[in-house]
Amino acid sequence: MKPIVYREIEGRSAGYLALLGVLGVLIALGLGSAYYMEHHGHIVTGMTNQIVWGMPHVFAVFLIVAASGALNVASIGSVFGKTMYKPMGPLSALLALALLAGGLTILLLDLGRPDRLIVAATTYNFKSIFAWNVILYSGFFGIVGVYLWMQMDKLMYKFAKPAGFAAFIWRLILTTGTGSIFGFLVARAFYDSAMLAPMFVVMSFSYGLAIFILVLMASYSWSGRPLGDAVVNRLKNLQGVFIAGALYFVVVFHLTNLYFTKHHGVEHFILVGGGGITTLFWLGQVILGSLVPLAMVYHPKLGKSRTAIAVACVLVVLGGLAQMYVTIIGGQAYPLVLFPGYQESSSFFDGVVHPYSPSLPEILLGIGGFAVAMIMVAVGVKVLRFLPDSLDNHAVDPHAK
Amino acid sequence: MSEQEKQTTIENEGRRGFVAAGVAAAAGLAIAPGVTLLDVAHARPADQPASSKNRWGLLIDSTKCKTGCNDCVNACFTENAIKQGDKETDSQWIRKVELKDLRTGHTASLPMMCQHCAHPPCVDVCPTGASFKRADGIVLVDRHICIGCRYCMMACPYKARSFVHEELHDQNPDVPRGMGCVEACTLCVHKIDRGDGTTACAQACKEGAILFGDLNDPESEISKRLATYASTEVRADLRLDTGVRYQGI
Repeated sequence: MKPIVYREIEGRSAGYLALLGVLGVLIALGLGSAYYMEHHGHIVTGMTNQIVWGMPHVFAVFLIVAASGALNVASIGSVFGKTMYKPMGPLSALLALALLAGGLTILLLDLGRPDRLIVAATTYNFKSIFAWNVILYSGFFGIVGVYLWMQMDKLMYKFAKPAGFAAFIWRLILTTGTGSIFGFLVARAFYDSAMLAPMFVVMSFSYGLAIFILVLMASYSWSGRPLGDAVVNRLKNLQGVFIAGALYFVVVFHLTNLYFTKHHGVEHFILVGGGGITTLFWLGQVILGSLVPLAMVYHPKLGKSRTAIAVACVLVVLGGLAQMYVTIIGGQAYPLVLFPGYQESSSFFDGVVHPYSPSLPEILLGIGGFAVAMIMVAVGVKVLRFLPDSLDNHAVDPHAK
Repeated sequence: MSEQEKQTTIENEGRRGFVAAGVAAAAGLAIAPGVTLLDVAHARPADQPASSKNRWGLLIDSTKCKTGCNDCVNACFTENAIKQGDKETDSQWIRKVELKDLRTGHTASLPMMCQHCAHPPCVDVCPTGASFKRADGIVLVDRHICIGCRYCMMACPYKARSFVHEELHDQNPDVPRGMGCVEACTLCVHKIDRGDGTTACAQACKEGAILFGDLNDPESEISKRLATYASTEVRADLRLDTGVRYQGI
């Protein structure tokens, strides 16, 4: 097996510049939206005192969850010693950092007082799972940054395994923390569940890998470097396992809720009577986001087509966004039950399902966060040696035919 | 002066003394409770912190609370200079909730506001510690360090908190508010601190359905009522030990 050679992409083509241009415009639109929202207040968004977290959180939490999942490929190489994955480790770590940065950018810009970032960074309430997350995010940047250095510096490579191990443990804790942001909300019927933390961990495997496969295929195709079927097949098969794993958790989560009579109301809302939320759950999250891509990656013919694999990964991403929408918006849309057994009504919309229509600035802010992540990867692979020259079958597997 | 006249004078003096003593005693009896009350309701000096000797709270009797009456809500909005509106983005520190028992048809009406929990979920989840509980049990938001993340609103079981969605005008200087921050019922902390000994909602309720007092003082009316009659906490299953208690539900 030849040694793997890493090289920057040339990054002078019209296509590359166009990519940067498009991402730049999306980022500008996102920043403009954030400015508009902060200047006028959240009155210009679709968020209310009933739906307090909206579209920005759907994007932000998705990206943060996907970030830890994107590190999987590096972890499988370093921690579990799978040789084929090792050459992709640096890209995996870069993507993880970029996705987290994109998600946090959205979260920050959606705050009521983003100018108080320094307060958020210096004043902690250590009982708050949110404060723990701030520490987990900062730690992730630090640990994955060091891990990246260990992978890319030949002198330090001997430390890549322990660094990868630390990063792997940290990412599991991080996503547990993200899931617990919702899991620890005892008051809300749809959130109060210990299932959310492990479910988010498994979902992160799926979302992160889907984005990784897309970025990998795009960067190799656009830079004209060889990407062999051995790598793609291995990754898409793993993607299938992760989709199935996430779906398993979704089934168990809902079954658990359905067993508790007190949760029948919210489960009925999500699964049957929630209108758009119900459609998004069944059509978006379950069918298009899970079952269809699962069938595609394992289909004897489609599973061999790069286009079909890319489509399946896009579906997983869209399904992930649908899942976040159902979880975050659906969980809030269902009214809080203050008096079980009573019908409640008030001027503050007690007892009724809360409507929510995301405004354009919210959506643009979310897409802007995505663009921040993608531009970090696009610039990263141009300035540093993240990408192996070749990932063809012989480069990654000496026994390849 | 004859012997008889002397006797009359002595009797008159004795009568005058008796009347004077009586008046003094009556005056004393009339003023003393006032003096005592003045002492109880005395404003806490500005250099002294709130004390855990007090636990301020409310007792709400839903059997006295009338459907359709909004006096407490209006008083709160006036006291705290909140613009009353019906949009989903408008702040509501207190609201009237109408209840109907789905099985029996029994109805009830009651005001709902921050329940000033002893173990407040909003304080637990606040990343910066802007949500805090004062020593005397009042749950507040420090507007200097609230970053507007709204996690407290996700955590509150009572939907008691509002986020300020737009710019504010004509604020009450005693009740600072701000766009981009979260806010809720302060239990009229500014009134308590200046020694009013009540809240705007309790003052406004003509039916006497809202009673303000010190839950830690066994001699307070609220403590005596709680000791005598059955009361309940909303979402008692969460064991938050609320400072606002209800009767009649």
